[in-house]
Amino acid sequence: MTGLAGRLYYLSIVQGKKYKLQADKNRISLQLIAPDRGEIFDRRGRKVATNKQDFRVFLIPEQSPDVAKTLTKISKVIPLSDRQIARIKRLVKRQRKFVPVTVAKGLSWQEFARLNVAIPDLEGMMPDAGLTRDYPYSELAAHLVGYVGRPREQDLKLDPLLQLPGFKLGREGIERRFEDRLRGKAGTRRVEVNAYGREIRELPPRQEAIAGNDLHLTLDIDLQQEAMKKLGEQAAAVVVMKAKTGEILSMASSPSFDPNEFNAGISHENWQAILADPRKPLLNKAVSGRYPPGSTVKMIVALAALEKGLITEKTTVFCNGKHKFGNRTYHCWEDRGHGRVGFMDAIAKSCDVFFYDLAEKLDIDDLEKVCRKFGLGQNYDIGIDGVRAGLLPTRNWKKKALGVPWYQGETLNVSIGQGAMTATPLELAVMTARLATGKSVSPVLVKTGAAAPAAAADRMDVNPMHLRLLHQAMHQVMLPGGTAHDYRNPKDSAKLAGKTGTAQVRNISREERKTGVVENDDLAWKNRDHALFVGYAPFEDPEYVVSVLVQHGGGGGSVAAPIGRELLWTAEKIMADKAQTSVQKPADVMEGDHG
Amino acid sequence: MGKAGMFAPKKNDKNWFQRLLGLNWFIVLILMLIAGIGTAMLYSVSGGTMEPYAVLHVKRFVMAFLLMIIIATMDIRIWMALSYPAWFIGLLLLVFVEFSGHIGMGGQRWIDLGFMRLQPSEIMKVAVVMALARYYHGLDYIRIKSLKSLFIPALLIFLPIFLVYRQPDLGTSLMVLAGGVVVIFLAGTPRWLFWTGGILALTITPVVWGLLKDYQKSRVMTFLNPESDPYGAGYQIIQSKIALGSGGMSGKGFLQGTQSHLNFLPEMRTDFIFTAHVEEFGMVGGIVLLFLYFLVVLYGTLIGIGCRNQFGRLLAAGLAFTLFLFTLINVGMVMGLMPVVGVPLPLVSYGGSAMITYMIAVGLILCVAINRHMTIAPKGSGL
Repeated sequence: MTGLAGRLYYLSIVQGKKYKLQADKNRISLQLIAPDRGEIFDRRGRKVATNKQDFRVFLIPEQSPDVAKTLTKISKVIPLSDRQIARIKRLVKRQRKFVPVTVAKGLSWQEFARLNVAIPDLEGMMPDAGLTRDYPYSELAAHLVGYVGRPREQDLKLDPLLQLPGFKLGREGIERRFEDRLRGKAGTRRVEVNAYGREIRELPPRQEAIAGNDLHLTLDIDLQQEAMKKLGEQAAAVVVMKAKTGEILSMASSPSFDPNEFNAGISHENWQAILADPRKPLLNKAVSGRYPPGSTVKMIVALAALEKGLITEKTTVFCNGKHKFGNRTYHCWEDRGHGRVGFMDAIAKSCDVFFYDLAEKLDIDDLEKVCRKFGLGQNYDIGIDGVRAGLLPTRNWKKKALGVPWYQGETLNVSIGQGAMTATPLELAVMTARLATGKSVSPVLVKTGAAAPAAAADRMDVNPMHLRLLHQAMHQVMLPGGTAHDYRNPKDSAKLAGKTGTAQVRNISREERKTGVVENDDLAWKNRDHALFVGYAPFEDPEYVVSVLVQHGGGGGSVAAPIGRELLWTAEKIMADKAQTSVQKPADVMEGDHG
Repeated sequence: MGKAGMFAPKKNDKNWFQRLLGLNWFIVLILMLIAGIGTAMLYSVSGGTMEPYAVLHVKRFVMAFLLMIIIATMDIRIWMALSYPAWFIGLLLLVFVEFSGHIGMGGQRWIDLGFMRLQPSEIMKVAVVMALARYYHGLDYIRIKSLKSLFIPALLIFLPIFLVYRQPDLGTSLMVLAGGVVVIFLAGTPRWLFWTGGILALTITPVVWGLLKDYQKSRVMTFLNPESDPYGAGYQIIQSKIALGSGGMSGKGFLQGTQSHLNFLPEMRTDFIFTAHVEEFGMVGGIVLLFLYFLVVLYGTLIGIGCRNQFGRLLAAGLAFTLFLFTLINVGMVMGLMPVVGVPLPLVSYGGSAMITYMIAVGLILCVAINRHMTIAPKGSGL
């Protein structure tokens, strides 16, 4: 007996501490509390990405006397497919009986309310309201904001938080790039569990989760909506920027997709449809699409020539529709020719021959330098992935890429934005902003809270007289006789400055030239010209720049320019409104747009 | 029925009521205390409910208590006369379970009587001691010294042990063996026999090891090193030690045991109830309970020493040792001092058989105490 008492003393007193610790380890399980993900707002505080109540319903098998019967009853309240029921039954069989099985999620409030009413009749059913990511403007800014999704298998080890059921992390766009800031910090709670792992009760203290940081974008969702509307069903992209600060007011890429669908789990059919669409809905054409800039690059070419002294404002060239250089003939878009063309008309009417002429003496490497100075061929970090740089051909590039020297004839092609040269709509917008302001403006999408980036934009090292000349020429484009003149709206048109571009995507053979070039409408979609437009407003004091690309859309003047003009006017109008209503409450905007 | 001579039975001059009054009520009180602790612990480990375990426990205790009173107040010569028949009936029942017993907890151990499950092996714990006491009662010193006299005791011990071991129930067979050997020792059998027996036992240990069932082997191995298999065979003993140790000096408080309430503790209503008790009442509570058991054992031993007739002496002392074994094996087991052999803690553990055995044994000790001045003829009970 003494031996037993001694042993008892040894266990309880000598080793008591150790065993106390082990007893606690047995019963206390540390659990993570998911933080609320930071929200993403547009420039006026409207929620572009938010967290909404997700109404779902679980079934706790052990509390249900007959799982199959309960499921049948639930399916009378909310629709459940046979496949869902089979899945639930499978889970019920596999898991411990007290582990809740998800019966349905994403229920409407009505369905949820009906379920709650039916609770007394549905033993074991547990309605639950959690948070899920929601994009109130669905497809409007999908390419920018991106979406969240379940962590991949290999990511699960990075952070225990990712293993929480239903936890999502940013998979595209800003959601992905700013994952660290949006995610927040997990909280912890201590739960007493029994030997089978069932939760008995929560033990204090509880460490609450720290919600992720919110992000504010420079985007204006109204303008974005307008842009998406204008692009319609076409494969197209638009960038609207503040000219002086580079703040992106709108960046639209069409067609788009609904990020909510990706969050909830996209159906196989919809996913296949997206993949099969030749217009590539998943691609953000505004930053990832590289297109021949066409005539929109002519200002830069002209500027390079002016700066090199190859032309002056008084230079004239006679255009008869074609230009011979070497043993090749280069055609103006106007078959009949423009006649004698001065500097202004060369841009206003977009005469190609004028540029062929100056390109004979223009060094491609010099042109590349000016292009680069004006923001082409550059990769901008605006907080989303997939931003690409257009190609600016040089002698070196060609030698490396193709192993053959540069021919001056190619400079002629580049001078009208064809050939090897490509640019993204974002680059063209930056180019326009720099032309309009004379400052090296860079694009911004996410407000970092730091001082306005415009302050950092330096005045560029170009002759202001030359810029002035280009401004006038771009103004001419919008006036009667210009390629982007709006004859129905001449007054408003005159407030703008711009340049159209129509980029050819196929070779036109000599035979076709003889019989007449085939009209765009008669061509297959993929062979049609790209329609482009760049512009800014107001002409006197540039505030907004726009760049429009409609893939295989046809003529820049007829297709892209109307979109660009409208968006510049809308931007002015919206931003003027904004000045008056800048204290608008952010929350109540969603209802009207969505409900 | 002899009427004359020094061995003539002393007339039992006490009537039944006088014998009842002659009961040692202090021991009775201790038994009630122990059973009360058992009821409280069953209430606690059932999550604070009386139904059904604690209530059934109380009912069984009341029945066993009445049985004990009846046994204690009978003439001891009746028990002496019933010694061999009890052993024989016990043996028959063991044979019966061997062929048709119900399978429970992995072994054939009990006969379902409807209102309770009878474990013949439990009867044997008492019957072997009774039969041996009866045998040595009539044996003089010279006969005891001869080896021949050991034949019948060996038969009395090893026949039931063989059957109990086949059930298989290693714990009970060891208890029966130990109880029997103690009676043989107390009867005056030469010491050297026990020395040789001990050495012999050590030498045949490897042979016995080979005869053990796999789960019995694993229990012994686990006892030697529980941490070798923390989630398998060692789980019980590790969790039990955690529960015991985490109680500390004064315990976690009634109904506050985490190991038991959260089901980390295995078999907490039966074999590991002492653990649950110590977890909630600490070392102090554990020692109090051990002390209560100790008082019962001490009382039985003193009665044995003070008894005038050989049957009573051997019976009381042998049963006291058996009672001691009950506690020692169970408590030693849950503290990791012995292999887990599945012996309950009498009066505290849930389960009828052990309680009835214990109360029968105490009843017999009390009976010896009441009749301690009686002299009984060596040839028989005189009845």
